[in-house]
Formats: sequence, C-alpha cells, structure tokens
Amino acid sequence: MRCATVKGASAVTLLEIQGLSVTIPSALGPVQAVRSIDLCIARGEIHGLIGESGCGKTMTGMALLGLTPAYAQVAARVIEFDGVDISNSAADLRGRRIALISQDPAAALNPVLTIGRQMDDVLRTHSSNSKAHRAATAVALLAATGLADAPQLMKRYPHQLSGGMQQRVVIAQALATGADFLIADEPTTALDVTVGAQVLALLRKLVVDRGLTVLMITHDMDVVAAVCDRATVLYAGLSVETGPASAILTHPRHPYAAALLAALPDAAPRGQRLAAIGGQIPPSTETISGCAFSPRCPAVMALCHTMSPPARGAGNHRWLCHLAQCAP
Amino acid sequence: MDLVRYTLRRVFLSAFVVVGVTFLVFVVAQVVPSDPAALYAGPRPTAEQIAKARVTLDLDAPLPQRFVSFATAMGTGDFGVSYKSRRLISQDLRVYLPATLELAIFSTFLALLLGIPAGVIAAARRGSWLDRIGSLGSILSVAMPTFFFAMLLQLVFSQWLGILPLAGRLSQQISISDPLPFLTGFNLIDAVTAARPAVFLDALAHLILPALTLAAYPAGIAMRLTRAAMIEILARRHIVAARALGLSAPRILFGHALPNAVGPALTVIGLSFAYALTGAVLVEIIFAWPGLGRYVSEAILSKDFPVIAAATLVVTLCYVMMNLVIDLTQTLVDPRVALT
Ligand SMILES: Nc1ncnc2c1ncn2[C@@H]1O[C@H](COP(=O)(O)OP(=O)(O)OP(=O)(O)O)[C@@H](O)[C@H]1O
Ligand code: SF4
Ligand SMILES: [Mg+2]
Repeated sequence: MRCATVKGASAVTLLEIQGLSVTIPSALGPVQAVRSIDLCIARGEIHGLIGESGCGKTMTGMALLGLTPAYAQVAARVIEFDGVDISNSAADLRGRRIALISQDPAAALNPVLTIGRQMDDVLRTHSSNSKAHRAATAVALLAATGLADAPQLMKRYPHQLSGGMQQRVVIAQALATGADFLIADEPTTALDVTVGAQVLALLRKLVVDRGLTVLMITHDMDVVAAVCDRATVLYAGLSVETGPASAILTHPRHPYAAALLAALPDAAPRGQRLAAIGGQIPPSTETISGCAFSPRCPAVMALCHTMSPPARGAGNHRWLCHLAQCAP
Repeated sequence: MDLVRYTLRRVFLSAFVVVGVTFLVFVVAQVVPSDPAALYAGPRPTAEQIAKARVTLDLDAPLPQRFVSFATAMGTGDFGVSYKSRRLISQDLRVYLPATLELAIFSTFLALLLGIPAGVIAAARRGSWLDRIGSLGSILSVAMPTFFFAMLLQLVFSQWLGILPLAGRLSQQISISDPLPFLTGFNLIDAVTAARPAVFLDALAHLILPALTLAAYPAGIAMRLTRAAMIEILARRHIVAARALGLSAPRILFGHALPNAVGPALTVIGLSFAYALTGAVLVEIIFAWPGLGRYVSEAILSKDFPVIAAATLVVTLCYVMMNLVIDLTQTLVDPRVALT
C-alpha cells in the first residue's frame, strides 16, 4: 500500500490517486484545471477536499466519474479504486460504485419530472426489480434521508420543495444507485446554516449506517471541522497538504492551510472567509515556477520563487513546502 | 383556481381575436372596389336585375346595421350563399374544410415526425456529420420554393418511379364509380368507418405528396428549433447530474432532456399548423386537392366576398382553437409555467 490513512494499516484504501492532472485546451492556451493532485481515501471515511474557488475541486470529482469534458486530457500516475486501475474505466463505475451529490440541488433535479419519476429512473437503471418494488425502495430511501411523508413527496415537482428537501432528494438519488463511494460537491453551500448542518449530520449518519465513503468537496473549514475524518487541501490544482482533519485544524503545516484557518474567525461573513487571504490563485493557464503559493505566502523565501517545494511529513500527514515547520 | 382563471382569460382573448377578424373582413369587403350586386345578378345582368340584387342582398342598409347582421350571421354559422354559384356556403365548407384539415393535420404530423427527431439527434451528436447533414437538410427544406419542391416530388415519385399518384384526393374509379359515404369528410376516417382498406390506402397515397410538400418548411423550422432547445437543455446541470447517477444516454436524451423541450415543441406544432392552413392554397392548386384553398382562390378571383369572409373566419377559428389547446397543454405539461 502506497498510501497511509488515519486508521493506520488496518484501514483499507478505497481510492488512491497520484499525480492527477486535467488539461483543457482553450483559445488562451491549455487550461490546467487540475495540475497534480494526490488523494488517498480509506473505506468508511469522510474525506474533505478543500480550497478556494477555481482550484480544481469539482474537476477532480468529475475525473473520478469519467465526466470531464470530451476534449479534456486526464492523466495520472496512479488512479486505483478498490485496488483496481480505473484510468480507462471511470465511466463504468459511475452510478454503480461512485455517485455524485451535485453542488446546487435546485439545478441538479429535473424541473419537469416528479421526484418519484426521478428516483425510479435511477433505481431501474441499477436493478431489474418490479415497478412496485422500486416504488417501495424509493419511498424507503427518501425516508432514510429524513424526509417526512415520502409517499406524498413522490408526486411532487422539485420547485415545490425547499432547498434542504431538494438536497435530501439528491442524496436519496445517490443512495438509490447503490454506490458505496459518494462525491458530495459543496452539499451545503446553497443552504442556510442550520439546514446545512442537518444535511451534514445526515451524511455522517448514512456513512456509519451504510458503510459509505464520502469525498466532501468544500471551501469551508467549518465543514471539515464538522464532519471530516481526513482532509486534503488544494491550491491552484495542486494538493498541498493532506492529513487527519484534527491535525490540519490544529496544526496546519502548509502556510496556505494555516491561512485558511486564520481566516476562519466566526466574525467573518460567511463565504468571504477565503477571500480574506490577500491576492488570488494564479490563472489556470499560467505555468507555475517554484511554489504556486509564493506570491501570497507570508513565509515566502527566495528559493520559493524558483524551486518546486519538496514533499514533507510522513505517515498519514504530508505537505509540500520549503519550510520544515510551519512558520506561524 | 388559477388554472380556471387562466383558461377563461385565454378563451376571452381568443374570442376577441375572432371578433376582430370578423370586423376586418367586413371592412375589407367594403373597401375593395367590386360590385357584389352585379356578381350576384349573374352574367351580363340588366340594370333591373342589379337593382333587385341590391335589395335581396340588403346592400343599401346603413353600414353599422349591415355589420351587425353580417356578424350575427357569421356567429350562427350561417355564411349565406356564394354570389357566384348561389350555393350555400356552409354546405361547401362541409366538404372543403375537412379536405384541407386532413391535409394540414397530416402534414403537421409529418413535419414533427421528421423535424423533432432530426433536431434531437443533431443536438446529441452536435458537430458530427449527422448534425451537418441535418442542418443542410433543414436549410434546403426552408429555402426551397414550395412549387419547385412539389414539382420535384411529382417528377420523382409519379413520373419516374410511378409509385404515388400525381394529384387529386382519390382515384377516379373510386370517387366516381364507388364513392365513400360522406361521414366526417376526412377520407382516411371515412374509409376506416366504412371498412374499406383499399380506399384507405388510396387516400393515403394521394395524401403523401401534397403533405410532404406542405411539411418541408415547418419540418426544417422544427429541426432548427428543437436542435437549439436541446443543445441548451443538454448543457444544464441536471443532465450532468443524471449522467453522474449512471443513467443511460438514450434515457437521458429522451426521458430527461426532451420533456424539457415540450415548450419549444408545442410552439413548433402551432407554427406548423398555421403554415399548413395558409400554405394549403398553393399546394391544393398544384395537386388538384379539392379543399378550402382552391375554393378560396377561385372566390378571390371573382371577388365572391361571402365565400372569402366565411373561409377567412373558419381558418381563423381553426388557428385560434389550435393555439388555445397548445397554450393550455403547455400549462398542464410544464408545472412551472406561470399562469399569467
Ligand atoms: N469546461 C471547462 N472548460 C475550461 N475550463 C474549465 C472548465 N471547467 C472548469 N474549468 C476551469 O478549471 C478550473 C477548476 O475548476 P473547478 O470547477 O474544478 O473549480 P472548483 O474548485 O470546483 O471551484 P468552485 O469552488 O468555484 O466550484 C477553473 O479555473 C475553471 O475555470
Ligand atoms: S514553499 Fe515557500 S512560498 Fe510555498 S508555501 Fe512554503 S514557504 Fe510559502
Ligand atoms: Mg466546484
């Protein structure tokens, strides 16, 4: 096993990615949506993928689903799911082992089809059960996501539901595939704080009850603190730090992870916390020399501008930085 | 109930359109220079005959009074008699309107059957050679003049291949020696109710070329509208979400994307039908189709205003009813359509 996880040697690695890159040709030259990402996820954990807007979180998820744009080039040194190389077969696992909980539930549901029909379409794609059996399964799954009066709900249209209910339906759809690995793309961003917290609690419960594994995409350290076992911090399409959530939250090693945390005080308005770090991520068309974070790093040194930072740390906590220890 | 209020408002608007058209028809009949009394009095009339006709036709009454009697007559379906043939117009319409509706409905159906799937496939295979062929086909079908397309079809399918009749609505040996009993006036339906499969096939064979001619333009429009709508829909987030849930490509295309295109599709149906009703005039002449179009064109040449007025009103009514049905269907199919 090349990748160590929080639960140590006893945990089974479900997903291992090394050096994932996604390049999209464009009029301005190739867009490096993902430059080089390593990811190591153990079965049964909720793994946070955190970084500011445009750092490649969604694109990483899409690569795992085999849903990158047709003209995008996806490459990786290692990309193994459950011990099997899926570099050419990600699409086969889509909806069977891997399912997506989309970013905005209002947009992720088909506006002109009933909830029942949308649940059934997923169920009959993945099973040959009778219609009545599938209807019963759909009701049970909706109820399992905490939706009251599921039979009535089956006849409703998405616009008749609140955002929190819509998100639960989207989660029920993901469960309906029977997949054991869920990619949740900012599942709480479109919701208000309390409802978001309820959805996170639901996901945590489902992980425990059903033995699921979740990749939790977020730009919010609060979410990592609330539900994640481990986390990987992305910056400009690079994974710059990975480790147990508790370690990253208390002793971040990479200056960017530290900056994310420092920007966290509860006084800061929601959604603007990451912007509290001065500057911007480099454009994804730009070739990076040295450390990608050097233009914004408070601890920057001369060699940071010219030399790629080395991999540091050991075991299940690793990061990329010229500093041996985090400066702040 | 919102739906009831909405329906009532649409019905009221439709009625308003019909009354407006009635008024226009009346005004036009007054403005265009012609002498209805002379026409009514027959060929080479004497002055007395014309004077008598003026009295019969009530032409000397004041205008408002004449409009009221005209409108009430139209409203009760009493279209009067043709100035030229002196036949009851309502009886003529009984025969000619079904012939035109049969052609218009069949061609609308053909246009949708050709245009919508072509648009869906072109959108799904955007940029492929299939898409290019479809786009070329739609441009040709929209740009080609009707009469030229009709002649081309007649040349290929009647003259060269000899598999379809050149013109007419039924073969002569049927229409003369063994005519269909008149029930609805739709030959296809009457043949079925009379249990005469040979007549049904004969009627269908006669229908194909004029219907294809009439379908070409709306099929091209349907293809382009469907393609544009589907390209926009296929890029929506819920389509990506459906793919991420493992749904098959055909199910996403036809089960998830196409239902979102019902709005544009209904619009296309309305456009096609309207085009077929008005386009029928030329096509009926080319294909010797005994319908409203031919009936009206003859009436126009002889300034036979009661016929023109009746036909205009009937076509307006057909179109308004079609639109009403389409609007109401739209609200039923798309749960989000605002009822305004
Ligand atoms: N279809 C595409 N074509 C070209 N560039 C794209 C495409 N999709 C994404 N990108 C670019 O790839 C980069 C990463 O995008 P991605 O959507 O993965 O970001 P993200 O981390 O999910 O951001 P957010 O928090 O805003 O969702 C961005 O710079 C974006 O502009
Ligand atoms: S390598 Fe240098 S610039 Fe980059 S994060 Fe570390 S200290 Fe900052
Ligand atoms: Mg995203």
